[in-house]
Amino acid sequence: MDERAIARCLARMASEIVERARGTEQLVIIGIQRRGVELAARLKRLIDDAESSHVAFGKLDITLYRDDLQAVGPRPMVGETTLPELDGKIVIIVDDVLYTGRTVRAALDECADFGRPRRILLCVLIDRGGRELPIQADIIGVTVSTGAADRVDVLVRELDGEDAVAVVRGG
Amino acid sequence: MPTPLGKDLTALEYLSADQIRLILDTAEPFKEVSERQIKKVPALRGKTIVNLFFEASTRTRISFEFAEKRLSADTVNVASTGSSVSKGETLVDTARNLEAMHIDMVVIRHHASGSAEFLGKRIRSSVINAGDGKHEHPTQGLLDILTLRDKFGKIEGLKVAICGDLLHSRVGRSNIHGLLKLGAEVAVCGPASLLPRDVESLGVTVIPHIEDAIQWADALNILRLQLERMTAGYIPSLREYNRVFGLTAARLDQAPKDLVIMHPGPMNRGVEIDSEVADGPHSVILPQVTNGVAVRMAVLYLLAGGAPDWAQGGGSE
Amino acid sequence: MSRPILLRGGRVIDPSRGSDGIADVLLQGGRIEAVGLNIIAPDGAQVVECAGKVVAPGLIDVHVHLREPGQEDLETVATGAMAAVAGGFTGICAMPNTDPVCDNQGVVGFVIAQAQRAAKARVFPIGAVSLGQKGQQLAEFGELVGAGAVAVSDDGKPVASSHLMRMALEYAKTFGIPVADHCEDPTLAAGGSMHEGIISTRLGLKGIPAAAEEIMVARDILLAELTGGHVHLCHMSTRGSVDLIRRAKDMGLKVTAEACPHHFALTHESCLGYNTNAKMNPPLREDLDREAIRQGLKDGTIDVIATDHAPHHYDAKEREFDDAPNGIIGLETAFGLAMSELVNTGLLSLPELLLRMSTTPARTFNLPGGTLATGAPGDVVVLDPAVQWVVKPDAFFSKSRNTPFAGRTLTGRADLTIVRGQVAFQRTS
Repeated sequence: MDERAIARCLARMASEIVERARGTEQLVIIGIQRRGVELAARLKRLIDDAESSHVAFGKLDITLYRDDLQAVGPRPMVGETTLPELDGKIVIIVDDVLYTGRTVRAALDECADFGRPRRILLCVLIDRGGRELPIQADIIGVTVSTGAADRVDVLVRELDGEDAVAVVRGG
Repeated sequence: MPTPLGKDLTALEYLSADQIRLILDTAEPFKEVSERQIKKVPALRGKTIVNLFFEASTRTRISFEFAEKRLSADTVNVASTGSSVSKGETLVDTARNLEAMHIDMVVIRHHASGSAEFLGKRIRSSVINAGDGKHEHPTQGLLDILTLRDKFGKIEGLKVAICGDLLHSRVGRSNIHGLLKLGAEVAVCGPASLLPRDVESLGVTVIPHIEDAIQWADALNILRLQLERMTAGYIPSLREYNRVFGLTAARLDQAPKDLVIMHPGPMNRGVEIDSEVADGPHSVILPQVTNGVAVRMAVLYLLAGGAPDWAQGGGSE
Repeated sequence: MSRPILLRGGRVIDPSRGSDGIADVLLQGGRIEAVGLNIIAPDGAQVVECAGKVVAPGLIDVHVHLREPGQEDLETVATGAMAAVAGGFTGICAMPNTDPVCDNQGVVGFVIAQAQRAAKARVFPIGAVSLGQKGQQLAEFGELVGAGAVAVSDDGKPVASSHLMRMALEYAKTFGIPVADHCEDPTLAAGGSMHEGIISTRLGLKGIPAAAEEIMVARDILLAELTGGHVHLCHMSTRGSVDLIRRAKDMGLKVTAEACPHHFALTHESCLGYNTNAKMNPPLREDLDREAIRQGLKDGTIDVIATDHAPHHYDAKEREFDDAPNGIIGLETAFGLAMSELVNTGLLSLPELLLRMSTTPARTFNLPGGTLATGAPGDVVVLDPAVQWVVKPDAFFSKSRNTPFAGRTLTGRADLTIVRGQVAFQRTS
């Protein structure tokens, strides 16, 4: 996907979010570190522009909730977590790629420590299949079928200098 | 990329500047965890940590306990006073017995300098030095430096004066090593009878009078004066110590800038520091305590694994 | 009666007569029979080819802790005497800080009897200065000397009371024995576990300042002057001490001094990492102190090299630095260290070294040996001055293993040690 394709996708996803949440009052958009945060910020801007709203926004770092921390090895760097009030809200968790589902599981656990949303919806730019847990995305940019040897690279302007999605077939 | 911290944290003297910065940076997100409603993350779930305290200590032990529990680790406190010889069981045997119960980490405070390193070489569990004799108290040094970084934004070029009984102070030593590695200018200030031999060789300047330290420094770290020093003859009396070396409000008023005042605690109010100063606007003594938990969480988190994975991105799972 | 022994073709160095050259040495009847060229071996003699080796009077160590009676698990007279001959020593002086203290003829006699039973190195007991080494009442020097003691010392501890030290020096004159003092000001040194300096500061350990030794050295020198007695200063470690001793000798006072191999080989840097095998008293000092000790050995300010061989149990040393006992063993590494650090560096010649390790110790304490003169006791050592060997504590003959030199490659060691004209040690590997 190139920059324009991504922009079109995000625009469509933004209006889907508002539709599913039936408005913006109870809406909270949370991005998963790191690229999820950038995408979530863009979605928030698109929604605020379209709806003249100030949608609540949060950043979530799931490192401390990962299920592979018990393995001895290099410690991942822990990023920033700041969340607004979650009780009774409709929370949209945003990430760039949905693959095994483990990141989302960690995100759900972490949100539960912060409050009790009314509903949580998952929004991802790319769903690449390959789930290892029973997790599904509610709002999807593009679905791609991939194998374990393949790689999906999402680049965002804020971190990588350009917007792009590339699927690199391995093996 | 800093080399991995290794199995143990026994001394700041053994860390590189990068490694120290790694710990401080890792402490930042942990500050936030302590501000949540649910002050717990599952990062160290299932790990068993033993707090082996051979010296009475409330605040350090509690700080470590909070750090451990907020990381979801299981904690066991073992308190013991007296030397190995008098107790009849050596330090190594105590630790090996614990290790036979499959623990992951030991936090040790002991009256013998070198005891943390001694233990670290003999057991497989990670060892964290919570104060060994007069040698070092690395997590205290780290939290002091983090507090300074919070206040000033950086450590490089900062002028820090450590005041008091340097001779017997492990906090002093850790601060000296950590601050110098990060590029601060460090001075020590106190009665000559309480300054260690050849202390300048560590890279610090000696400022004999606290008034001059106040003129020079950006921050003062006031060390606790232990009452035993008087009986041992190092200083004639506490009253004289306060009169000549104490950080009084009157002395602090002479400061040309907004001095930051630190103290590792517990304080002897009216001896090394007056209440007015300790409770005043320049004091960061309470933020030090808050940072203590975050720093200790960072240390536990890092030692339970290895070095951080700097490679980010490429798609999450 | 043992077989005669002919040591053929070695470099024979006799510091007592200043001789150094290729020669043969014949031992017979427990004594030196002859030293010369082309000696014919008598019937039944054991002939040892010594080409490439050095033949010298047996080394003598005037400062050894044998731990018997009382701590036989660390060392016994027998194992210590064996370690001694393995190190090239034909005679050692046993310090009295045993349990019970060697302050009466019973213990002196016991030590001598044990040594005779072991039939290895000669053991010369040193009696205590004060009863129980408590520093209060003089021990009975006459009784001690009569039983075989060659000197008195409260080593382990200083003679803290200057009055008692004076009395000891004066009284000892009657018997012609030296008073050997462990020079340490007790209040200055109290609680210290290493040299007071930059390393003790970094390690957070209480230090023992050089002044603690120098104060007592100065005091003992003044008392030697006052009394005319002979004071022997044990294990000197600081440059200040060396200076004081040099001046005392210039004044002609009866002051002798010893230094240990670890003080001319190591510095306080060996304590880094809290290495308890670098913990001893007096402690390892600074570079300048080490240099001064070496110079002192060169110019004779330090008369002898002694080991202060101090066996300790592995468990005892496997402790936090503060709690670990002081001392390291040294009998089996002394010559190798001396060759590596003093001779091979060009500071001392081999004859000068042997003077410090054999002849002068004998003279200082009035002991038999230290010479290859005809009729002298048959205490001879054959040394290999060039062999390189790795220190392996498990191979030691001593019962204990507490040495900081494990794994180090040294040059030079004893091949054959003969005591009373009989082979007491022969190196097999």
